[in-house]
Amino acid sequence: MRFAVITFPGSNGDHDALKAIELGLKQPVESVWYRETDLTGFDCVLIPGGFSYGDYLRAGAIARFAPIMDAVAEFADAGGPVLGMCNGFQVLTEAGLLPGALLPNGSLQFRSQWVTVRVERSDTPWTSRIDDGAVLKLPIAHGGGRYFADPETLSRLEENGQVIFRYTDSNGNLDPDANPNGSANAIAGICNERRNVVGLMPHPERAFDSLIGSDDGLQVLNSVLGVDNKVVAGR
Amino acid sequence: MEELNALIEVTAEVLSEVALSADEYQLIVEKLGRAPNAVELGIFGAMWSEHCGYKNSRPLLRLFPTTGPRVAQGPGENAGAVDIGDGLVAVFKIESHNHPSAVEPYEGAATGVGGIVRDIFTMGARPIAILDSLRFGPLTEARNRYLYHGVVGGVGGYGNCLGIPNLAGDIFFDPAYSGNPLVNAMCVGIAARDDLMRAKASGVGNLVLLVGADTGRDGIHGATFASVDDPEKSHRGVVQVGNPFLEKLLLEACLEVLQTEHVVAMQDLGAAGLTSSAVECASRGEVGIEIDVALVSRRESGMSAYEVMLSESQERMLVVVTQEGLDEVRAVFDRWSLHSDVIGRVTADGLIRVLDDGHLAAEIPATLLTDECPTYTREGVESPATVELRAFDPHVLPDLGVGDAPSPHDALLRLLASPNIASRTPVTRTYDSTIMTNTVIGPGQGDAGVVRIKGTERGLAMKTDCNPRYCFLDPYLGGLHAIAEAARNIACVGGEIVAITNCLNFGNPERREIYFQLKRAIEGIAAGCRAFDAPVISGNVSLYNQSGSAAILPTPTIGAVGILDDVRLHARSAFRDGRTVFLIGSLGSTLGGSEYLAHIQGRTAGSPPSIDVDLERAVQEMTRRAIRQQFVVAAHDCSDGGIAIALAESCIGGKVGGRFDLSSISAHNDDRVDQTLFGEAASRVLLQAEIGREGEIEALCAESNVPIVKLGKTSGSTFALERILEVSLSAIEDAWSSTMV
Repeated sequence: MRFAVITFPGSNGDHDALKAIELGLKQPVESVWYRETDLTGFDCVLIPGGFSYGDYLRAGAIARFAPIMDAVAEFADAGGPVLGMCNGFQVLTEAGLLPGALLPNGSLQFRSQWVTVRVERSDTPWTSRIDDGAVLKLPIAHGGGRYFADPETLSRLEENGQVIFRYTDSNGNLDPDANPNGSANAIAGICNERRNVVGLMPHPERAFDSLIGSDDGLQVLNSVLGVDNKVVAGR
Repeated sequence: MEELNALIEVTAEVLSEVALSADEYQLIVEKLGRAPNAVELGIFGAMWSEHCGYKNSRPLLRLFPTTGPRVAQGPGENAGAVDIGDGLVAVFKIESHNHPSAVEPYEGAATGVGGIVRDIFTMGARPIAILDSLRFGPLTEARNRYLYHGVVGGVGGYGNCLGIPNLAGDIFFDPAYSGNPLVNAMCVGIAARDDLMRAKASGVGNLVLLVGADTGRDGIHGATFASVDDPEKSHRGVVQVGNPFLEKLLLEACLEVLQTEHVVAMQDLGAAGLTSSAVECASRGEVGIEIDVALVSRRESGMSAYEVMLSESQERMLVVVTQEGLDEVRAVFDRWSLHSDVIGRVTADGLIRVLDDGHLAAEIPATLLTDECPTYTREGVESPATVELRAFDPHVLPDLGVGDAPSPHDALLRLLASPNIASRTPVTRTYDSTIMTNTVIGPGQGDAGVVRIKGTERGLAMKTDCNPRYCFLDPYLGGLHAIAEAARNIACVGGEIVAITNCLNFGNPERREIYFQLKRAIEGIAAGCRAFDAPVISGNVSLYNQSGSAAILPTPTIGAVGILDDVRLHARSAFRDGRTVFLIGSLGSTLGGSEYLAHIQGRTAGSPPSIDVDLERAVQEMTRRAIRQQFVVAAHDCSDGGIAIALAESCIGGKVGGRFDLSSISAHNDDRVDQTLFGEAASRVLLQAEIGREGEIEALCAESNVPIVKLGKTSGSTFALERILEVSLSAIEDAWSSTMV
């Protein structure tokens, strides 16, 4: 499976995403420059973390206008698996490919720490090889990761099973202390209605080796390998 | 030459503006063979400042050992480099940004990080870690809280955006830093040894390219500003503003152009901006550089040649390229949306020639600005007040539980809550520490930070250290302690120190008692470098750290880097349940200069602990061996607060209680409870044995003649020092966690 990792000016998690795929997953992966306009030939797309365009104006607000984003939207419309991590999640919400928004953390401070998230649904390309309810240990590193959506959107997300990752304690139980940024419904990650686009604030690409704290992130990245492209609707 | 005769009246005020003395001015006239004009005088002021010219410290810095089999680049470049095997070098340096941070803490600290990171990638190295060593006055004062929050915010704001993990700094509070906080930023990078770049201009006719941010009026006189007393009073408005996004683009673009064959030299623009970068580049290469300031992109109109030459606008880089390679190099910068202006060329005449739209504005031999900067060797005399303080005998104070002294239980909780001991998590959780996917031991997890080096088996350990109280009471011993503790911290994660960088923060060297501190601390560090076989490969000097008559505590910060041959064989500081804890090394200690004396008794006094260098080396070697052979599950240095604090910290880290018996070391501590619990000493490490490996640790100690005593075992949720105190794990955790905000 051929992975694309988008690099915007100011992306700084692109290198980690490339290494996670290359060293952790041992799959072919290429960096795609934000000025490119074509994603033909790639089987899935990663939008990495960082501070695209310095997070100036608002995280992800400028990146959504980058030339590559039309190709990302087309890829997603065609049912291709897209994963946005941290700043990538912010870009996807700004681009309207995922609902809701990511606000400054409740603490109003940057938070870099290990968290545990519960996998709510395995019916996405990015969780297909993980059991429902499994708990993953992943790092977060963000200043604006507080998931927000209006009440109607939130209930629709919950009803449709679009909440994919939730902050919990290490036993998988909801706990206000385990929610590091004040996200609504302890949401750490969601998918679109079609379920092929997933965004999350934690960093699966930074957890591909137990030597650096955890290899749980590989379960997320590995899941997409189990997806038969024909099964992903529309492809 | 006629154009240069725009003479200025040289008054005391003019000289004060550029921080030159009347004697220095005379020297300039003599060496130049004429009076300098205003632009030239400004250039001399910047280059002959302490910050750029090291005029008070250069003779002393020669005392440092700077060579060794691993040294690939010693002091004199943007950063030093040591060979770490596999064809790689570690490139690192520490630098101060104290004065800007005292005026505008967020931007001062942010641009401090920006500056040191540029020093590393200028060498062609990929930055892989940031460490910062911070000193503040007590947080009970509102001004200090403002500085603290601003500095911590700036360090995180800049480094997080760049995407470089912040691994292992240190923070220390003392009233002596109230008017003058210290912000020392260190960066470590990795490069292929063959790819190391130098800032040495060469090749007459080669082009000088200025890349990155436009030039504005910010930070003019920053170098001289950093070299005078009381920055806040006299120099508002000279602080630069950082743009980490632009620096990230500059970082990637510079590393990319260095992969071409067209770059001859690269030099970042730091203190004294274009002036110092051009002068240093030319001087190192023994060539001249001609610049036309009219070709420099500006962010405001009407700037004079003087202002363009001395602007300290951030995120700029000087790149010397071949004429043939210009288009290819500029294409890379274009791709990263960065300006690149050809502003001059390399000449054969050894002169720094500044033109303003073709008209001569300044012309000075480059070496006159560097090699011929006057140096001052002064006479230092120890302050009699310090001698008196050092003579203080802590034994005159009542022992714990006697008279006014607190109980051991209360003293433990109060010390755990001391700002110098309490948990750093509220700070470190605002710094990204997992990015780059190399972090094996992050902040607070061990005595030093550890990163793996992808593609090899190896790891790098790193730590900043300095106990300013020791340095104040005995500068020589304090300097030696700083490097011994850094080396010990690296040993406690399983690494071996290979080289250091240092940042020498002192008061006004023109005062005899301050010069004494500077000289003796340097001698102590030099002795430590020899003892631990760790040469100085880079560094920075920050003098004049004082407000009014009060100087800071002498603070020679050491940034140490070590190697783990097999990064999997490392140790953290947190205890595990149900295992035996040993103390190895010195069994005795002293309360002189201790955190206990300062925090509980309100005194900075007494003689700091002595160091037996042979024992220190043996303890470190023994610790490393025990870790490599996987005999231990945790290792922790006993430093500030002594054994009781070290035991408590490792228990808190491992979320496990323990029962420990200190009676076997009581006699070594004059049978005093305060000294047994909280006395400080060098060469002491707590080791927790893997189950069944206790005998092997004892055998290793016997073999290397390192004293060892069994202190007890971890279990449950009570922290007990037998017959002295018993307290719940949650109580010590609360005390330790509640101070910092």
